Amino acid sequence: MSLDKEQVQHIAMLARLKLSDEEYAESVEKLSKIVDFVDQLSAADTTDVVPMAHPLDMAQRLRPDIVTETNDRDRYQENAAAVSDGLYLVPKVLE
Amino acid sequence: MDIHLQTLTELASGLENGDFTSVALTEALLDRIASLDDKLNAFVTVTSADALSAAARADAARASGKGGLLNGLPIIHKDIFCTRGVKTTCGSKMLDNFISPYDATVVEKIAAAGAVVLGKANMDEFAMGSSNETSYFGPVRNPWNLECSPGGSSGGSSASVAARFAPAATGTDTGGSIRQPAALTGTVGLKPTYGRVSRYGMIAFASSLDQAGVITRSSEDAARLLGVMAGFDERDSTSVDRPVPDYLASIGDSIKGLRIGIVRQHFDAGLDQQTGVRVKDAIAVLESMGATTVEVDLPNLDLSVPTYYVVAPAECSSNLSRFDGVRFGYRAADTEDLLDLYCRSRGEGFGDEVKRRIMTGTYVLSAGYYDAYYLKAQQVRQLIADDFRQAFADVDLIAGPTTPSPAFKIGDKVDDPIQMYLNDIYTIGANLAGLPAMSVPCGFVDELPVGLHLVGPHFGEETLLRCGHQYQQQTQWHKACPEAFK
Repeated sequence: MSLDKEQVQHIAMLARLKLSDEEYAESVEKLSKIVDFVDQLSAADTTDVVPMAHPLDMAQRLRPDIVTETNDRDRYQENAAAVSDGLYLVPKVLE
Repeated sequence: MDIHLQTLTELASGLENGDFTSVALTEALLDRIASLDDKLNAFVTVTSADALSAAARADAARASGKGGLLNGLPIIHKDIFCTRGVKTTCGSKMLDNFISPYDATVVEKIAAAGAVVLGKANMDEFAMGSSNETSYFGPVRNPWNLECSPGGSSGGSSASVAARFAPAATGTDTGGSIRQPAALTGTVGLKPTYGRVSRYGMIAFASSLDQAGVITRSSEDAARLLGVMAGFDERDSTSVDRPVPDYLASIGDSIKGLRIGIVRQHFDAGLDQQTGVRVKDAIAVLESMGATTVEVDLPNLDLSVPTYYVVAPAECSSNLSRFDGVRFGYRAADTEDLLDLYCRSRGEGFGDEVKRRIMTGTYVLSAGYYDAYYLKAQQVRQLIADDFRQAFADVDLIAGPTTPSPAFKIGDKVDDPIQMYLNDIYTIGANLAGLPAMSVPCGFVDELPVGLHLVGPHFGEETLLRCGHQYQQQTQWHKACPEAFK
């Protein structure tokens, strides 16, 4: 196994994913297989190769800094689990 | 001919000649879906009422001499495209309650052309899968054999077109998700050049690889639909500002003198022998029409799958961080604090494969591993793109198999992610290099369809479509209809 349970717990925490004990066991096994599989890249000779930044060799386009969107907050908030007075509600952050 | 067996092009002339109305056509297809889709599970949502009113509008427009290029013609959208006022799930529990407040550009353009949308097609969750088994809404079945997968991630789209629920469907392709399902269902699947079709409103998986395209039964239909979908969109920062050619204008031209590259490694031990025979037969047909073949080399082909499984999960882990249980999407109940809300909403809202890819991506981007995995993969990606660049100095397109074998049984590969990933070995290179590519039906093995894969240089869609169309003028494979769906 190239990854252990502790590493997978750290990754899951970074990714903000809560996993069950069963899911941890399976993740250690399957993620290790995936990591072993992608490890074959280390054998490739990439001396002086510039990493690809864009498939078409293009630069990022810029647009004029002007307002293009209208305020549609109420409509967008229809998809939220809990809102009040135009604000999103989450569990208490400060005591 | 029965109305459901007709192609988009045939239906267009039927409507034009007044042989039937769009309302009658829409009703006939909705009836088929209602009576047959329990066999396939190709739909997440059927939008019957919206479809019938769109059809009535299309008929009225035609009566007054108006109507766009797709006026009254039926189509299905993969459920990855945002559709205003309609549930847009991306095959996930995370978005099971999401009613999109806006339309994707692709949806907008197809609606503006007068098309009638029959519904939203099932798919692998967040487009991550090659068999449609990762969908929260259950696997889609292959119309050619109900025990088999229709491929993925655009499995609902490919199954629908093969089952004659509609002549065309939209799809998206990040590593083969249009072409592999097209090959496994005997349909035509086209992934355009990166940047050719807008990604705005298309739920992101891996942004440097994702591209929208089409699944149809004929190359001519693919050309017609691509013409409507393609073009610059300022709302997509990687959209390419370049005129859209008339894809239908040149498909009738001969392929005499077309130089076709054959990659030796494509026919190595990894390929099912019978599949290889069908593909070679198809290439022989192209030669008989005046094309010439040249052997080309893609020395880094073997590295394309591992490269993809670093780059795509890395981008996926960033893109899917937006799902936090706060602004939209699934939210876990009775959470203790904000961290618990994030972790449980994501842990409960995402399925196994999506979580696996998010974690793979998080790992390869994490401190201490970034250079060894992500940077290295982007360098190898450059080598792979260079291989294609060199090959296209000598040839107009590259032909080979779309998949290593015909459709596999549902359940066969689901426990082994690496085996599943290797199903995309021939298709992934085009995504890594941003190239257009297409799968065209070229025969059967054990009554399951086989696909011929054509890859072109950047913006080479016209050549692909012309080659596909000319091949389909000489062959009948795309006209075969699965027995239970005639």
